[in-house]
Amino acid sequence: MMPLIWLRVALVCYAVGLLYALVALTRTSETLSKLALHASYLGMVFHLVSLTEAVVQNGQLASASVHNSESLLAFLIMVGFMLAYLVYKTTTPGIVVFPLVFLLTFVAATGQQPLVFTSIAVKHGWLAIHILMIFTGYAALFLSFGASILYLLQERALKSKSSSGMFSRLPSLQVIDDIGYRSLMLGFPFMTLGLIAGSVVAESTYGRVDFLDPKILLSILMWAVYLLMVFTRLSAGWRGRRAAMLASAAFATAIVAWVANYFSAMHRFIAS
Amino acid sequence: MRFQLIGVNHKTAPVEVRERLAIPESRLPEACKRLAEHPAVAEGMIVSTCNRVEFIANMKNGTGDLREFLREYFQTDLSGIENHLYEFREHDAVRHVFRVAASLDSMVVGEPQILGQVKEAYATARAVGAVRAQLDQLFTRAFAVAKRVRTETAVGSSSVSIASVAVELAQKIFGNLSGKSVYLVGAGKMSELAARHLLAHGAASLFVANRTYDRAIRLAQKFDGQAIEFHRLYDTCDRADIVITSTGSPNFIFRREHGEKLMALRKNRPMFFIDIAVPRDVDPEMNKIDGLFVYDIDDLQQAVSSHVADRKKEAEKAEAIVNYEVEKFQARLQTLDVVPTIVSLQDHLETIRQAEIDRVRGRLGSMTTDQELAVEALTRGIVNKIMHTPISTLKTAARDPESTTVIELVRRLFNLHQEDGERVAVASKADRGPSANKGVKD
Repeated sequence: MMPLIWLRVALVCYAVGLLYALVALTRTSETLSKLALHASYLGMVFHLVSLTEAVVQNGQLASASVHNSESLLAFLIMVGFMLAYLVYKTTTPGIVVFPLVFLLTFVAATGQQPLVFTSIAVKHGWLAIHILMIFTGYAALFLSFGASILYLLQERALKSKSSSGMFSRLPSLQVIDDIGYRSLMLGFPFMTLGLIAGSVVAESTYGRVDFLDPKILLSILMWAVYLLMVFTRLSAGWRGRRAAMLASAAFATAIVAWVANYFSAMHRFIAS
Repeated sequence: MRFQLIGVNHKTAPVEVRERLAIPESRLPEACKRLAEHPAVAEGMIVSTCNRVEFIANMKNGTGDLREFLREYFQTDLSGIENHLYEFREHDAVRHVFRVAASLDSMVVGEPQILGQVKEAYATARAVGAVRAQLDQLFTRAFAVAKRVRTETAVGSSSVSIASVAVELAQKIFGNLSGKSVYLVGAGKMSELAARHLLAHGAASLFVANRTYDRAIRLAQKFDGQAIEFHRLYDTCDRADIVITSTGSPNFIFRREHGEKLMALRKNRPMFFIDIAVPRDVDPEMNKIDGLFVYDIDDLQQAVSSHVADRKKEAEKAEAIVNYEVEKFQARLQTLDVVPTIVSLQDHLETIRQAEIDRVRGRLGSMTTDQELAVEALTRGIVNKIMHTPISTLKTAARDPESTTVIELVRRLFNLHQEDGERVAVASKADRGPSANKGVKD
């Protein structure tokens, strides 16, 4: 149960970040932003300890339970956030990132008995690759989604010519765009490879890939939307409103695909 | 504490007066030294910038006047200067120093240079030993106050000219301006100024299109830019990230369809139109296109005035911080003031106690160690109990501006002599009160 305890400590740290996100909606506080950043560093350390211990305990990349995978996803999103911070020196994406990370960690940390795969496929290297890749893709997708929301807000503020207000200290449009663009481009290969690895696992476990399975169908749909985002961005330079709409669609399909875990015959966390 | 400050600034004196008092950087160390060596002065420091010249001193006693130093140093009778001088003493001087460092006394409130200038002046005076004890505390505190004002208020954060607002907006859109290109449509004075600001902030290249081609060429040469014939405007302006229009055209030069075409050509990379022409050159409809931002002269003006209003509001917050800090500084210094009195009071009573024990020792005969200790504890206990109330009264009094009377009273009651006239506060009330007249003497 040690991993769970470390995860809860991490959760407390992320709570500071959540507080920052809530306060940032009404006013800016330099001190709180710094505090949130340090708390996040600390939270990530505990989080990593928790994940490592879980791996050691189970002797495998232990994302085999729903809660562990939520924990891993939260961690990867934080990694993305930190990378963005290190490059652009802005904590503003935290307004979107912290609530989600907190929620994911919260669910993972309070989770009851984890549901565990017992399938032999778990030991399969492809599965580990599948999980890591897909989750990095998810994290990047989410960061890109968050950035496009911030982009919209900043664009609106600039167009309405209101110089003050709660978004007056958002980073520049260009920086927000860079964050969104880079995470989009970085996430796509991960998502693609992750899906390929997933189909290899399915192939080897079931001997076939059932394209009518809700999980697989939705995953392909999500990937298609993702591809569309990359394509419109590269060819027509879509950003702002249209990009945000696509990102929302991709994000929504990602969530639905996640929920589909509970209905899918092929992709369940409980052993079949 | 006997702070005295006299000086002139942009509000009280025209530049002809300021330059008579200004001390060039090369002569500043020597001037500080001479100020500190002046017979009435314990420590001294000089701030000399283009907007202000100020002499700050920690005086040896209440009678000194910094004007004497000015007369000697500048070898003038101060005619034509005297009525521009302002003078602050004691806590008014503290407040003034805090306000100057926090840029609340500046011509453009919140401008950041002044803090650096004061820091330099401080370093100069310190290096020659002109600033040691109390002035050192004063300025160390002033820098902390300035930092507090900067972080807790937005007094220094907004621009107050059209050109700087334009730069600020461009930075909101493009982040770093390096590598961005600016396109001037029409070659007016205002657009030239805006272009100069943008280039100074990193914009890389400049295009100029003007109906009179000659003027375009002349302006382009000035900034190492490229002149473009007016009829090629629509073919070339997709290269620009920032377009500044200022033509005399009665109709819109850029309309919605132009905007849409531009966005397609630019693959939706954002573009910023600054329209300072009246009547306007850019159709406001263009602002509705994704990725296009159009600001006309009124929008810029409004941003400027909202910034000015913001600054005023923030300046009020900053003044409150300064007032609080002045009180705190005052209290601290006064607590320091009271310490010598307490020490000499303790010494005084301890001497009496020792003398009395010695006096009765003979009559008590030989005592055991226990008895010795008991006598010691008894006498010490009595003395401490008696001293307790006066000392706590002194400590409380230290926080009150009227404290000197209490301190003086205690000294008189116990007949305590002062060993250090500089450290012990026995100043008369008139000296400490708000004698420091703000503003101009006649």
